[in-house]
Amino acid sequence: MRSGAKLGIVAAALALAGVLIGFYVSHLTMLAGSPSYTVPVTHQNGQTVVDLKLQTVAAVGPTLSQNPEWVSYLIMDSHGQWKRDTVWRLPAHATIHVTVYNFDGDSGLRNPYFGRPQGVTDNTFTVDGKRVNALDPNLTSHTFAVPQYGVIVPIAGVDDNAKNQCGYAPCPMSNAHRTITFTFHTGAPGHIRWQCFVPCAAGWIDGFGGPMQTIGYMDGFLDVV
Amino acid sequence: MASGPATTTPAGSAEPNHGRRIIGWWIASSIVATPLVAIFLGPAIPPGNGSTQGTEQVFDNTWMVSTITPVICLLAVFFLYGLRTFRAPAGAVVDGPPLRSDTRIQVLWIAATSVIVLFFAGFGSYELLQNGAGGGQGPSPVAVPSGQKLEVQVIGQQWNWTFRYPSLGGAESDQLVLPANTYIELHVTSLDVVHSFWAYELGVKADANPDTDNVAYVQTKDPRTFHVRCAELCGLFHGYMVRNGRVVDSATWHAWAKKAEANYQPVAKFMPPYAHTYLPDPQRRAG
Amino acid sequence: MTIARRLIGFNLFGGIVLGIAGWYAGWYGAHEVVGPSLDYFGDIDYNELSVVLAYLGGVVGFLAGLGFFNYPWARLRGYPPTLREKETEGIGRYFGVCTDHKVVGIQYLWGIGLFFLIGGLNAMLIRFELLRPSHQVFPSGTYLTIVGLHGTMMMGMMTSGILGPFGNYLVPIMIGARRMAFPRIEALTFWLLMAAGVVLETTIFFGGFPTGWTGYVPLANEANPGMDNYLIFFALVGISMTLLGLNMIATIVTMRAPGLTWTRLPIFVWGVLSTAVLMVLAAPVLIATLGMELLDRTAQTTFFIASGGGSNYLYQNLFWVFGHPEVYILALPGFAIVLELLPVFARKPLWGYRLAVAGLMGVALLSWMVWQHHLFVSGINGDLRPFYMLSTELISIPTGFTFLCGMMTLWRGQIRFTVPMLFCLAWFFNFLIGGLSGVFLSDVPSDVTTHGSFFSMAHFHYTIMGGLVFTFMAAIYYWVPKMTGYQLNERLGKIHFWTMFVFFNSTFAPLFAAGFLGQPRRVNNYSLGLQFLNDWVSVSAFLLGLSMLLFLYNLISSLAFAKVPAPANPWDSKSIEFQLPSPVPVHNFDRIPVFSSDPYGYGEPAAPVAMPAGAPAGRD
Repeated sequence: MRSGAKLGIVAAALALAGVLIGFYVSHLTMLAGSPSYTVPVTHQNGQTVVDLKLQTVAAVGPTLSQNPEWVSYLIMDSHGQWKRDTVWRLPAHATIHVTVYNFDGDSGLRNPYFGRPQGVTDNTFTVDGKRVNALDPNLTSHTFAVPQYGVIVPIAGVDDNAKNQCGYAPCPMSNAHRTITFTFHTGAPGHIRWQCFVPCAAGWIDGFGGPMQTIGYMDGFLDVV
Repeated sequence: MASGPATTTPAGSAEPNHGRRIIGWWIASSIVATPLVAIFLGPAIPPGNGSTQGTEQVFDNTWMVSTITPVICLLAVFFLYGLRTFRAPAGAVVDGPPLRSDTRIQVLWIAATSVIVLFFAGFGSYELLQNGAGGGQGPSPVAVPSGQKLEVQVIGQQWNWTFRYPSLGGAESDQLVLPANTYIELHVTSLDVVHSFWAYELGVKADANPDTDNVAYVQTKDPRTFHVRCAELCGLFHGYMVRNGRVVDSATWHAWAKKAEANYQPVAKFMPPYAHTYLPDPQRRAG
Repeated sequence: MTIARRLIGFNLFGGIVLGIAGWYAGWYGAHEVVGPSLDYFGDIDYNELSVVLAYLGGVVGFLAGLGFFNYPWARLRGYPPTLREKETEGIGRYFGVCTDHKVVGIQYLWGIGLFFLIGGLNAMLIRFELLRPSHQVFPSGTYLTIVGLHGTMMMGMMTSGILGPFGNYLVPIMIGARRMAFPRIEALTFWLLMAAGVVLETTIFFGGFPTGWTGYVPLANEANPGMDNYLIFFALVGISMTLLGLNMIATIVTMRAPGLTWTRLPIFVWGVLSTAVLMVLAAPVLIATLGMELLDRTAQTTFFIASGGGSNYLYQNLFWVFGHPEVYILALPGFAIVLELLPVFARKPLWGYRLAVAGLMGVALLSWMVWQHHLFVSGINGDLRPFYMLSTELISIPTGFTFLCGMMTLWRGQIRFTVPMLFCLAWFFNFLIGGLSGVFLSDVPSDVTTHGSFFSMAHFHYTIMGGLVFTFMAAIYYWVPKMTGYQLNERLGKIHFWTMFVFFNSTFAPLFAAGFLGQPRRVNNYSLGLQFLNDWVSVSAFLLGLSMLLFLYNLISSLAFAKVPAPANPWDSKSIEFQLPSPVPVHNFDRIPVFSSDPYGYGEPAAPVAMPAGAPAGRD
């Protein structure tokens, strides 16, 4: 073979390798990733306050995910749209008011201790407007937990016999749901994980596969800045 | 090489005694290096002085680095000396002397390595059988230290540690607080996959397995804080199973215990009774 | 053109086409036929069974497309038996089934090299993520997948890293044979490995796998379907290893030329034999274990699930019964190459031949008795820990034999610092550190801190990368001129050696400290205080990667462009392969040689030459 032809082959191989490596790395970067969502901030009495409106759904639906049957958290953006983003940019040392609308039935906690809310104001939270300091672990549907801040809040599930249950997300408020509110404070800046502790991933052994081990569904990060 | 390499036998009388030189350099370097390693490097090896077990591990590591120092010296001297001395001159390829074997050297080498190895195994076993050296020993430990022990259960789950204190009526907490100067009997178990409880500064590591009670002993020393990490890959947030623990004096511990018990009360009625293993429903369900 | 002609017919192209077809056949088979009949299947949207059947279909299609079933089919139809396939067809034979052991050796060299580079790329991605103590680029789950891909690829592929290329190429020549005992199986082991590599890398399309190369349950049970890629990859590697080992044993035991007694066998062949024994005995354990795990995942059995009556300790024990011999499968060929090359470059006979053989066999034997040192703190019954501590430390005695024989071979030699020799000498340095750090891991009190930390990670990189990859490089610089007939550039080779040696140590030595300072393995967030150490390591790792690219450049520029013909015996070796012309002719020998000594008679007066005499050439 002539030297030019060989150089051509080597150049083609290099180009092919470059394309493959580029595809590989970019695929890995995006694989199961979740874009960061900057939550709007307000100021009250000199304090930085953030309102987080969340939704937990049993099936995220085909419009929001390629895995329509997966359980997921959703967040309401400033236009009132529900998005499947679980990486949230929050200010440091701020007060976070969280409202969770849960449309999912109860699964039960693996560790019943997490029925006791932790790390939130007064160690209490409200379920459908009623203030409580613990939840029956068996009636728990999910938790919202930021272990680094010591925050763990159980989320009550919708009764199995309730009428008008939500099929696929995003669920309208007319569907049967429970409303949970609580308040916690962010600390120093960092990339802090949050997660659910209820083994709620249907179909996986121990309920901890799929959406429970994929950022963007039942796990995420608080990008505290 | 068409003609094949030539053979030379180096002039025996003119050549210095390489063996004696190497041994001389070896002894000299070992005499200098070993005490330095034993005094300065050994005690600096973690985990440090956070617990009796940690101190023992440092002692153990000090012995081992000190023992292997002469081994390293021997090889260093041999290669530094040998590669310079036995370097072939440039030019034609010349063969060395056809030494095939020497029984005395073989016996000496085997004896020396065997002695070192048996010393290590004996020394390590002795250390281990004192109190388990802070390692997880399974449900029926062989190395049990005598005397009073405070039982604390470590529960791993994806992805958090919680701790149950049977002496506080089985109260569970997400904080690990231990009294100072006390023997602690850690019972490590898991609710799902395999984790490994690693209290770094205390020199404790014990895997957390579902349906298994893994016992490790540690004797705390003065009040301090320590880090807890997970040392067995357990999934997505394996790297985030980090927690700070505290060793505190007796009065602080009792005050903390009261608060922990009170905090536990609202959920106490839902909890399974204290046991060494828990086996939650496997939940291979659909829908 | 030969390549164009060979595109049609049974070869790599056909293999890829039928492989893809088989993949889709399996996928739809699972969805349309098997799936609806299982009641749990319909509820699982992301189902395991279709992935498993798709890949099994793909592998079978790939092998069919390559033509592996032609011969059995022809025999069934009554055609006479033949031994050889496609041995003399120019460059095209490298892209299909070829039963010439030399072609298979070169196929292995490039094939394994390719996957070695992919594994290395993953290592670079890992180090890039670890530049910062918290999240950098890859989401946590993806980071674990990259770690798993790196570890699994390296462990699976490099298992055959020496036996594949150099064992296949050299063993028949060294023992005076014209082929391996089972030439078609020899080709099969290579193509299985290539299929396996693709199976593993495509895990990224099925969610990856979070378990690292050990695949511990129950985590593996709850993982994404990408986990099945891991299981199928390792099972295929296991099958390939078993067949490769069987082939080697059969060849070495039955096909030695006249006069080649066990004590005249080159030490490299002894190394291959000891490794092959380990492969044949260890790999089936792996295949069975992964089969059980595959059933746990697809057919919902509970071999390893505590709540279903199984035990995750069963998996850990079975895995390490394979896993510990596996690391000696990686290390032993390195020992053998060092001992094979030192006599050539020290111009002295191998010192203590019998001791060296005893060392190799002693390590192989003891490697079966140590696996529970991976489970010292696992909570398994602790009574046997002193025994496993002892047996683990005993391995340093036969390993010490290799050191002694190597050092005494250098003693008073006429040492030439060629590139392969430099790599062999680096082995002593790396393996000494690797071995001595192993003492800390085998000692239970010290293991309590070092287990599962970066210390153990640095330890096995020193033994495997420092032990295997360095000797792999030595073997390439030593034997590739013989295999291809062209010289490798020595100046680039020396630059490659020194950069690789320096940056290897600067990458892995600090990780001992990181481990002792409390950094666990497989973690993408670590203490802030360790960032400097990790950044240092990352930069060193990138430079190490550049050193590897320099090596690749040397290989391609020397073999494809410079093309300086290599002399038949560039190293003045007495070994038989260097008495043959370069490259070695298809049938190796005109006459089967008769051996009258081992190949290490340097400096001995009437060292008999093995080659010329012998029986006339006949059929094989």
